Amino acid sequence: MSTAKLIQGNAAIAQGAFYAGARFYAGYPITPSSEIAQIAASEMPKLGGVYMQMEDELASMGAIIGASLSGAKAFTATSGPGFSLMQENLGMATMGEVPLVVVNVQRSGPSTGLATRPAQSDMMQLRWGRHGDQSVVALIPATVAECFELTVKAFNIAEKYRTQVIVAPDEVVGHMRESFRLPEPGELEVIDRVKPAGEPKDYKPFSFEPGAVAPLAAYGSDYIFHVTSSMHGEDGYSCNTPDNAARRVAQLHTKLEQDIDDVIMVKEFDVEGCEILIVAYGVVTRAARTAAAKAREKGVKVGVLQLQTVWPFPAKAVAKAAQNASSVIVPEMNYAGQMAGEVRKVVGDASMVRTVNSYNGTIMFPDAIEKALY
Amino acid sequence: MKYATGMDYIKTDSLPHMWCAGCGDGIVVRAIACALENLELDPRKIVMVSGIGCWGKADDYFTCNALHTTHGRALAYATGVKSANPELTVVVLMGDGDGTTIGGNHLLHAARRNMDLTAVLVNNYNYGMTGGQASATTPHDAVTSTSVLGNPERSVDVCELAKVAGANYVARETVAQGTRLSKRIQEGIANKGFSLIEVASPCTTLFGPRNKMRQPVDMLRWLKEKGVSEARYDKIEDAAAQGYFKVGKFVERTDPDFNTSYEVMRERLQQKEGK
Repeated sequence: MSTAKLIQGNAAIAQGAFYAGARFYAGYPITPSSEIAQIAASEMPKLGGVYMQMEDELASMGAIIGASLSGAKAFTATSGPGFSLMQENLGMATMGEVPLVVVNVQRSGPSTGLATRPAQSDMMQLRWGRHGDQSVVALIPATVAECFELTVKAFNIAEKYRTQVIVAPDEVVGHMRESFRLPEPGELEVIDRVKPAGEPKDYKPFSFEPGAVAPLAAYGSDYIFHVTSSMHGEDGYSCNTPDNAARRVAQLHTKLEQDIDDVIMVKEFDVEGCEILIVAYGVVTRAARTAAAKAREKGVKVGVLQLQTVWPFPAKAVAKAAQNASSVIVPEMNYAGQMAGEVRKVVGDASMVRTVNSYNGTIMFPDAIEKALY
Repeated sequence: MKYATGMDYIKTDSLPHMWCAGCGDGIVVRAIACALENLELDPRKIVMVSGIGCWGKADDYFTCNALHTTHGRALAYATGVKSANPELTVVVLMGDGDGTTIGGNHLLHAARRNMDLTAVLVNNYNYGMTGGQASATTPHDAVTSTSVLGNPERSVDVCELAKVAGANYVARETVAQGTRLSKRIQEGIANKGFSLIEVASPCTTLFGPRNKMRQPVDMLRWLKEKGVSEARYDKIEDAAAQGYFKVGKFVERTDPDFNTSYEVMRERLQQKEGK
């Protein structure tokens, strides 16, 4: 039985990846994500896996796609500017339905900005950073324990749906240390991709059945297969007809929508019957809970809905939590209220939604949220 | 003696190929297929990793596994494929724009790491797919759609670059000598570590007509005349200025490749842990 230890969020992410079976890491150094690469460099050889330090983030993303198709669970870690560089090849992973996990420890921008300070300003980059129109999953931890749990979950979602999952803590969560007990093997569910079983000549590496995900062979097995960045049919070969393109794009979306409860994760704190709902994610959740607790002491019924999954957006959960509230507060560490816009789309009366924003590279404190409550 | 036809490695139902009349790409497909046949490699254990552009479409014509990637990044993808499964034979198909211009950084580092990959870089001296623009291998003063008065930039020698970066095997041939080309590719695949085979090939639609070579046959004649052995090249005065280039094998060494070095590191770790 392992005992609890004080560990860092980034270390918990690395441990979560190993627990989930990750055996390939390729990356390029960038703060505040560097600890993940450093731990992967020392641990991967012990696990029989490979660590590769690539020449840039474009190469890192390319390498993990290649490794994943060779059968390895693969991941990389970066921060905002590096994540920008990964977008093109991340889009290719979407087109090729290649399972992988990317950690984006969010830092302040634009550009080099306040390089090592926290922010939650990549929320739209997570969702729409790539050209084209496609689904990825993005998970945001608020605690060290969640760094571990959500990373395991990220690999499970990636493998099950042949999709790309981004784990995006902000700098504070990546660097904070909290007491954490590493689960024993078997304690948490670990999902592996489904491999083909039929005749090799009949193997189709892509499926157009709504909601279905085709089995994924590994290079070097009995199943010869073709993966391309271009529009393709079920056999993996280029196909540019309008019908095929429409089915392909629809499939990329529907495979995640079919079983959405499996992907969408939220946490509710006193949400039942709340007058004011705070919708928060990442480190801000902690400030929101403190602000809500103080308000309840004063007799104001405030609930907090924490979004652990941000993409696909937990629309149903937000709408349900907000149904009896007279106002909804969305505190975020960005200027534009990137997620507040999404909340407005699902709350019946959009004028009910108020924002609290901080964008100076410092953490959001409970009093900033408290002020917005009254 | 049995002569290789390469047909087991060519996806005949994808034929005829999509390239222009007189293009050299078909010859390179055949040269690779024959090399694979001579080495008796199992198509299930081969991955063709390709980039974007005319030659980047070549993966469609092989019966083995394929990964058609983004522009310039084929070597990065191939690095992941190979290091996650060292049993695979990985052949990387890139054009000059793909492998040298946008992908130059990856070429440098794949060679430096000595990844056990065989890069077949088909150089047609311009961007064919997008309309004949200048690339990093377009000769100085050559006319392209984006160097209409002559190319003001100098070109890069891909083989020299791979050599200084640390590739284990480097060769250049032209499509005018298909059998010799196939032999080089075969040697490159057989040699562990990073192998680069640059293939000089005509772009008969865009590059040739703009540079006083109206017919495909003019381009083939150019490749045959100007592509000379290293020994002959060294005897020609101002060879580069006259447009001569070296063909043949330039590097053949046996330095440990990345996977071998990583294995050594792993064993060192196990010994340390064992103590």
